[in-house]
Amino acid sequence: MQERGRDDLTSVGGPVLSAVEGTRALLRNNALNITTFIIVSLIKTVLALFVLLTAVAYTVWLERKVVGHMQNRWGPTRVGPFGLLQPLADGVKFLFKEDLTPPHVYKPLYIAAPMIAVIFALTSIAVIPVGNSITLGSLHIPLQITDVNIGLLIILGVTSLGVYGVALAGWSSNSKYSLLGGLRASAQMISYEISLGLSLVGVLMLTGSFSLRDIVDTQGGTFWGFIPRWNIFYGGQFIAFFIYLISAYAETNRIPFDLPEAETELVAGYHTEYSAMKFAMFFMAEYANMITVAAVASLLFLGGWHGPVVGPPILRALLPVFWFVLRIFGFLFVYIWVRGTLPRFRYDQLMAFGWKFLLPLAIANLLVTALVVALRA
Amino acid sequence: MAPVATTFFFYFLSALTVLSGVLVITRKNAVHSALALIVSLLGQAALYLMLYAPFVAGVQIILYAGGIMVLFLFVIMLVSIEKAQKEEQFNQQWLVGLAAALALGALFVLVYVKGRALFPDRGILMPEQSNTQQVAVLLYGNYMFTFEIASLLLLVAIIGAVVMAKKRI
Repeated sequence: MQERGRDDLTSVGGPVLSAVEGTRALLRNNALNITTFIIVSLIKTVLALFVLLTAVAYTVWLERKVVGHMQNRWGPTRVGPFGLLQPLADGVKFLFKEDLTPPHVYKPLYIAAPMIAVIFALTSIAVIPVGNSITLGSLHIPLQITDVNIGLLIILGVTSLGVYGVALAGWSSNSKYSLLGGLRASAQMISYEISLGLSLVGVLMLTGSFSLRDIVDTQGGTFWGFIPRWNIFYGGQFIAFFIYLISAYAETNRIPFDLPEAETELVAGYHTEYSAMKFAMFFMAEYANMITVAAVASLLFLGGWHGPVVGPPILRALLPVFWFVLRIFGFLFVYIWVRGTLPRFRYDQLMAFGWKFLLPLAIANLLVTALVVALRA
Repeated sequence: MAPVATTFFFYFLSALTVLSGVLVITRKNAVHSALALIVSLLGQAALYLMLYAPFVAGVQIILYAGGIMVLFLFVIMLVSIEKAQKEEQFNQQWLVGLAAALALGALFVLVYVKGRALFPDRGILMPEQSNTQQVAVLLYGNYMFTFEIASLLLLVAIIGAVVMAKKRI
């Protein structure tokens, strides 16, 4: 019966190969039937999307609040205690605003562009593990939508496809500012993607796997008695971590690299012509990308969900998730902190920095790491 | 476990790839052509996944769909569309075109008939758990020399492009 079910699932083909991969891992672990698997996956997907979108909304709130305090203001205070209901109010406002479509745009792509941006921003959550696994009765549920053995490649691929949302928005708007913003965005993202990818290769060489779960598993324990075995310390990927962080800021179009939407020069860059929910989609995509980038940094360099774990079994299962979320929160705070501190780069400075400094540094780091790995083996 | 290359998905993805390939050459608007090419490349990536080659599929998406095509689009977005749409899209050299198509078709048939033994039977060539590692072993072990020559060629091409594009070096 189980064999049968397995075949049924695999017959759906390539696009759900990753799901099949996850199923087989589950089936190996404890004979679980397909119906349970599908129900569990559905619940996990809905939960992950719900948490991600809520996190996106509250990152906006956090940003306004933190930047406000940095600039001696209060930030949102009117809606709910500490302005906590502000994201809700903003959401309602976005939904009910007039959805303006300027007459000069190329309509099909103008409508598709924000969707492309948000879809690719939300896709990468599927391969990000948030903790070990919970055991409910006889059910053994890994805290990840699907464990693919090329997880990191999928995240990189999906991120690189996200550029199309921005580039096409710029082109289809048929406006000078939008086009310039879109062009800047695609040039910037292509340039920094290389450093971003190269900074991750060091970690890959140390681990020998693309699977995010494997990468986290090798970072457990401590060395010299007390220092955690995270890649940033033990693997000596300190420089790679900062290359990743800087490239990630450029990839997500955040200050100091938010040239694609530099208000002083380009009005609002690629989303100049957008309003209401379509504009909100770009906003959601940007913040979802920030969270993904923070999650990847935590998994690859800061030991993922490793941390002190105590108490009853349910707490033991959920504490790692808490440590992981804490790291992501830390990254988001640094994002906002940088935004409140640094001015914007000039465009030629941005390009020169990416190609003439970051890229050679990433390659040098790669060579040194390769040497270390070769000598250690 | 047998490969998941079921008939439906194979034909669906192949049709998607081929149809968007046709759209690439028939669209007058260059941006539409580029978008069709992206869809075609993504279809290919899915076909690689069905062949149990996750690494190749991932690299296809990152390099072709996410890298090279963004650069294409980058350049095309600056082209004046109105002007391009008035231009003649195909030239009328039917005879040469027919000859070239026939020659290519003959080549395909020849390869299919003569080289049938070279095509693998149904089955997984490399287990997917270690697929990436095995690709690396092949590239940096058995075919290292070829691989390095290819990279040298690419380097020459890059330098050539820079020399041609820059007025003053």
